[in-house]
Amino acid sequence: MMPGVDLAIQFGPLRLSNPLVAASGCFGYGLEYTDVVDLSTLGGVAVKGLFLDEREGHPPQRIVETPSGMLNAIGLQGIGVRRFIDDKLPSLRAHGATVIVNICGSTVDEYAELARILSDAEGVAALELNISCPNIKEGGITFGCDLGGTHDVVAAVRRATRLPIIPKLTPNVTDVASFARAAEEAGADGVSLVNTFLAMAIDVETRRPKLSNVVGGLSGPAIRPIAVRMVHQCRRAVKIPIMGMGGIATADDLLEFMIAGADAVQVGTASFVDPFIWPKLLSGLTSYLERHGHASAGDIVGSIDLTA
Amino acid sequence: MDIDAVVLSNDRLSPEYNVVVIAAQEIATQSRPGQFVMVKCGLDSEPLLRRPFSIFEVLRHDNGDVTGISLLNKSVGIVTRTLFTLEPGQHLRCLGPLGQPFSVVTPPGEAWMVAGGVGLAPFLTLAEALRARGTTTTLFYGGRASSDLYYLDRFERLGVHLFLTTEDGSRGEPGFVTVPLARQLEAAPAAQPVTVYACGPTGMMRAVAALAHEHRRASEVSLEQIMGCGLGGCYSCVVPVRSNDGSSHYIRSCLDGPVFAGDQIVWNELV
Repeated sequence: MMPGVDLAIQFGPLRLSNPLVAASGCFGYGLEYTDVVDLSTLGGVAVKGLFLDEREGHPPQRIVETPSGMLNAIGLQGIGVRRFIDDKLPSLRAHGATVIVNICGSTVDEYAELARILSDAEGVAALELNISCPNIKEGGITFGCDLGGTHDVVAAVRRATRLPIIPKLTPNVTDVASFARAAEEAGADGVSLVNTFLAMAIDVETRRPKLSNVVGGLSGPAIRPIAVRMVHQCRRAVKIPIMGMGGIATADDLLEFMIAGADAVQVGTASFVDPFIWPKLLSGLTSYLERHGHASAGDIVGSIDLTA
Repeated sequence: MDIDAVVLSNDRLSPEYNVVVIAAQEIATQSRPGQFVMVKCGLDSEPLLRRPFSIFEVLRHDNGDVTGISLLNKSVGIVTRTLFTLEPGQHLRCLGPLGQPFSVVTPPGEAWMVAGGVGLAPFLTLAEALRARGTTTTLFYGGRASSDLYYLDRFERLGVHLFLTTEDGSRGEPGFVTVPLARQLEAAPAAQPVTVYACGPTGMMRAVAALAHEHRRASEVSLEQIMGCGLGGCYSCVVPVRSNDGSSHYIRSCLDGPVFAGDQIVWNELV
């Protein structure tokens, strides 16, 4: 790392060594990537969304490539919170990862139960509340698309844990900023946005949907300008920190999010394409900060110039 | 490892099939038969994702030094069309080697490889490994027409016995590759250990696994699932396999495959 530039970010109560976080659902449980990247060099690792119990997820076909993006409908296949704590968390700790556990429930009580269970586990830095997965019928996005539901989930988890809580917001709403406000009022320590955009693709020869789930979530560079706009809107609506994401593939992309108001960023789809992307993004961020004479990555957060 | 590999040659075998040689020495040196690489053409976000390819050949200089790998490609989609048109000097990003390899049986065991079309791809390196161990090796190779059958001389030079089939009868036996396979399985003495390897269309692999099972032979199949990352991150390439309680569960083809025991797979749930 270049001397003189401080990449560390204070994200509410959570200290991140740099603003780069591996996005949930795109990085397995992190341990799949230990040959590729030193997990301790990431600001954080948001692990694959966990329910209380194991889940099989949807049948394939689970992904389809679209222009500058991809649809996924994995259906939150996962090992459940207890196996995560027993089988994955100790190793994540040993690798020095800052672990952000993404949790998903079918009911408000399930979110609170997950938060309680994870509060007792050693090595959890924060909880990301998945109220935005577009691919499952129960829970998730039902809460994320309803202001009262968002408030209720966040408030219930707030009562259940002292861990930092970061609800992950869906872009599939008219006014995302109002959901950021609802989360803030209910006691969230920050928000992350955006989850994927509900979308679909059809095979014109067979006239069948390409995904077994019919619909899925769009991610990748195709969604980036919309995600940047949403981060910008949320920055103006709330005081709590924002983790921005949506199609980040280069240092310039993450800078856009930070300048729009993201304190930290998540990278998902781009790490499928280039699993070695992390040091490239960090060095791009560092050289930008140096070139513009900033001592700290935090200096550029929300630094957008809106003067006429 | 992820290598920015220069294209050394592109041999177009037909209007559909080609073999691209890339200078990916480090991958070549580490790879084992049945493993794959994730390939990206260009740096653009169009097409965005990498695609999985079997390592077709490990190439060497006359002095034995490894020079690279080749990929057997069939031009069907956006990435494979690009691979078809590559010229020497262009570059590919190549991540690998990835996945679980075939087991390489040793004498007195015999190896019977069953390939359909572009499913030939993992079998040249496997044949080399088998023959290096002195294992008697047979290739059952089927295509739509004689123009779909490639590299026969290479297998012959390795001393691999060939059974060829074409759907139009233009070369070898007319019909599906499973016909001579079934006949040979029927004829082989039970005391002769045989391992059956298969790669090709899903229906063919399913039929091969069933035939092997019926004749109490072990089988290994190399599946070609749609993959997002190749490293276990995305959970898109899952395969239904048998659970101990008789039900099935999904495991990732990129980490636990692409080679699976034929009996492990719940074929009627495989997409």
